[in-house]
Amino acid sequence: MIPPALSPAHLNLSRRRLLAAGAGLGLGLHMWGGGAMAAQGRGKFILVILRGAADGLSITPPLGDANYVALRRELAITDDAFRVDGDFGLHPELKTVHRLLAAGQARIAPAVAMPAVGRSHFEAQDRLEAASGDDVSSGWLNRAMASLAGSGPVEGLSVGPVAPLVLRGEVATSSWSPGRAVETQARLPMLIQDLYADDALLSAALARGLKTEVLAQANLARLAADTSDTSSAANPSQLSRSLVGDSREAAGRLGGAVAGFVQQEAGADMVAISLDGFDTHANQAGALSRRLAYVDALLDGLHQGLGQGWRDTVVLVVTEFGRTARTNGTLGTDHGTASTALVLGGGLKPGGIIGDWPGLQEARLVDNRDLAATTDLRSLFKGVLADHMGVERRALDTTVFPDSAAARPALGLV
Amino acid sequence: MALPDRDLQAAIAATRFGLGARPGEIAAARSDPQGFLLGQTRPLTAALPVRALPLERAEAMQNFRQAQSAFSRANQQQDRKAQALRPELNARRAILRDQIAADVLQRAVTGATTDQGFAERWALFWANHFTVGAGNFVRTATIGPFEAAAVRPNVFGRFADLLVAAETHPAMLLYLDQNGSVGPDSPLAQRMAGAKASRRQVGLNENLAREILELHTVGVNGGYTQADVTEFARALTGLTFRGFNGPAEQVGQSYFRQIAHQPGPRSVMGVRYEIEGEAQALAILNDLAARPETARFIAPKIARHFVADDPPPSLVTRLETVWRDTDGALDQVAAALISAPEAWTPDPAKFKTPYEFMISSWRAVGAAPKAPADLAMLTAMGHRPFHAPSPEGWSDEQAAWATPDGIIKRLVWTQGYAPRGIGPADPSEVAAQALGARLSPATAKAVARAESRGEGFALLLMSPEFQRR
Repeated sequence: MIPPALSPAHLNLSRRRLLAAGAGLGLGLHMWGGGAMAAQGRGKFILVILRGAADGLSITPPLGDANYVALRRELAITDDAFRVDGDFGLHPELKTVHRLLAAGQARIAPAVAMPAVGRSHFEAQDRLEAASGDDVSSGWLNRAMASLAGSGPVEGLSVGPVAPLVLRGEVATSSWSPGRAVETQARLPMLIQDLYADDALLSAALARGLKTEVLAQANLARLAADTSDTSSAANPSQLSRSLVGDSREAAGRLGGAVAGFVQQEAGADMVAISLDGFDTHANQAGALSRRLAYVDALLDGLHQGLGQGWRDTVVLVVTEFGRTARTNGTLGTDHGTASTALVLGGGLKPGGIIGDWPGLQEARLVDNRDLAATTDLRSLFKGVLADHMGVERRALDTTVFPDSAAARPALGLV
Repeated sequence: MALPDRDLQAAIAATRFGLGARPGEIAAARSDPQGFLLGQTRPLTAALPVRALPLERAEAMQNFRQAQSAFSRANQQQDRKAQALRPELNARRAILRDQIAADVLQRAVTGATTDQGFAERWALFWANHFTVGAGNFVRTATIGPFEAAAVRPNVFGRFADLLVAAETHPAMLLYLDQNGSVGPDSPLAQRMAGAKASRRQVGLNENLAREILELHTVGVNGGYTQADVTEFARALTGLTFRGFNGPAEQVGQSYFRQIAHQPGPRSVMGVRYEIEGEAQALAILNDLAARPETARFIAPKIARHFVADDPPPSLVTRLETVWRDTDGALDQVAAALISAPEAWTPDPAKFKTPYEFMISSWRAVGAAPKAPADLAMLTAMGHRPFHAPSPEGWSDEQAAWATPDGIIKRLVWTQGYAPRGIGPADPSEVAAQALGARLSPATAKAVARAESRGEGFALLLMSPEFQRR
């Protein structure tokens, strides 16, 4: 039975209140083109990928769905959850997200997935990042950068020593992770650069790495000056190492450092951060809480670190697929279909949840086990890239997301 | 396809097939580079079976678990005694942590010192194929024993034996949550459903079943369905290991727990299994090992690891054919790789992973890491041993590792290591020994012109040809 609070009529009502033309698509969005950012220039875009299939039904527990507690039993998050509206809650560790939501600077999309997502992590992550059928030679963020190359330089940055597929491709990008600092003007890096003269791959990587290192050191020096806790942040090298680890504090500082890269002159326009540890097959509650606390602290660090720049920034938090609607035999959940995406930013337009809620009634579950998707994740990506980054519709439908014309951009979020 | 000259073959044998040349290794391979490698493809049989968990490890795990339970019981009751228990808990955790660190170090020392570089690379390939990743201390403590007992003894044997050994080892059962998976209609589930006080429902966990199909055997396009995953998961119920309450010599030993097994025949990938109990799971594993999809899935992976991110199709076909013809005799597959002309192309197409880079840096001067701290930089490089981010294991491709940040991290490590590592040796001689005919004139010149031994060695390690294989 459909709980009254989640009836399609209710969703249609809220959608009609908020928007117009997009109703048929099931998106809580405006569908007219050319958002504010496109006119003003380009915004900043930060993509956070949660690897391992983060559980949407815990990130945004559907409190208004009468089947939720019965399916999730011990894992249902009810009384502890923050309230988003009458239908949805928010995991208790997502304090920053809750604060931003209350300020109209965050929205949730509770039933999203890539098309034909499957239940393999690795294939689904490839699909999420390549978004080009079976071709996994480049990522859509890189192709979006390529499409913008004609209108001035676009900088891409990934956080971590290993490049995520989403940012790989023709356009050269930077990467950075905290750790011991390099003396960029020392003799050895110069000699190595000479040695790489005939090696296009290594010379480009080293040059970018050194350039980023200079920015990072300036950036960390500023963070060190700002931080009141001088004992743990005496110099940039020490501070850089304090960004490593799974604690909330490390996550917050890492967010602050990434914000620095975005804010710098000619700073990063497109950032990809990937976090793992979301594959919660057993004893899910504790493990997921710890990881979501990390995500929340990272978002807090980004928000605070960006300051005024938050207005021009959109952060998307996504995962490769969701988890089973039912709790499994080991107090965890197995691989599912749809999950939640979070959209955050200082310039978001007001609106409710993004997309329809398919419901958790047995008949609505995919294969009688998973939450169904009502929104193609590519629509979300395309909407943000169009409105916020000024990527043209034709490029979005053909090169950035090949053969995706049917997945219309979710315009009007920003 | 003609092979390169003998000097280049010898350099390729030690650097591409092996883990990097130690001083004298290229010279030793020169008279018969292929024979040098083929001599390493014999099963590494210690005639005695290796215990799944060494007794000392099982005891340390048990001691830690018991201290942990005692502490959390006292803590939950807000008992002041809880604080008094903490030092003992910490001490037992430290013992386990030290044992784990010793496993990691031992593995790196083996890599740095072995004269069977190909055999070691081959073993590391299979350890990555059957990835077990770190978790809490107890889980991480099983990884070293997993590689020693399940992987290494089987890497030149039949794939089916390697598969069964890997999937039934306690490390894998713990990592992919098999130990708690219970057949919904098993006697155990019925008993628990009858007990009112039961804390929760028990049931299936399909993680291991899915990853065996997707990652270990037929591959994601191997033609299985969700129904096959679920059926296989039902067949695997009962496969578990002994917990921490029995005698230490039994702790962590795998066994088949009949009362947790889902009764009845199963169908997986079109084959019906009437046979029941443990034999059912073993029959399915053996059938999966023998399927042509498995050869088709793993042959390209081997070629990709050894030869190129995008390997020649003719090489892949060779490996797949030998695999099928020999029913997955891994020594024969290794021999086919060594004998394939496509594997000896002069250009080094593979970019070393951070682990390979560091191991080969020690080998270049005949050295080895001495303490766990010598491996610490691997964490910053995104390649901490035993900590693969997912069951898929580490990436084997240049696009993942040859990043700006990755190069910077190698540079940082090299700056610290090279001046100490070179000792009194002549860097030009080290370069000649480490790369042989692969050493380019440009690198040789840069090394010779360096202002110090340390700088010369650092230039060798960071050179394009040392970064590749």
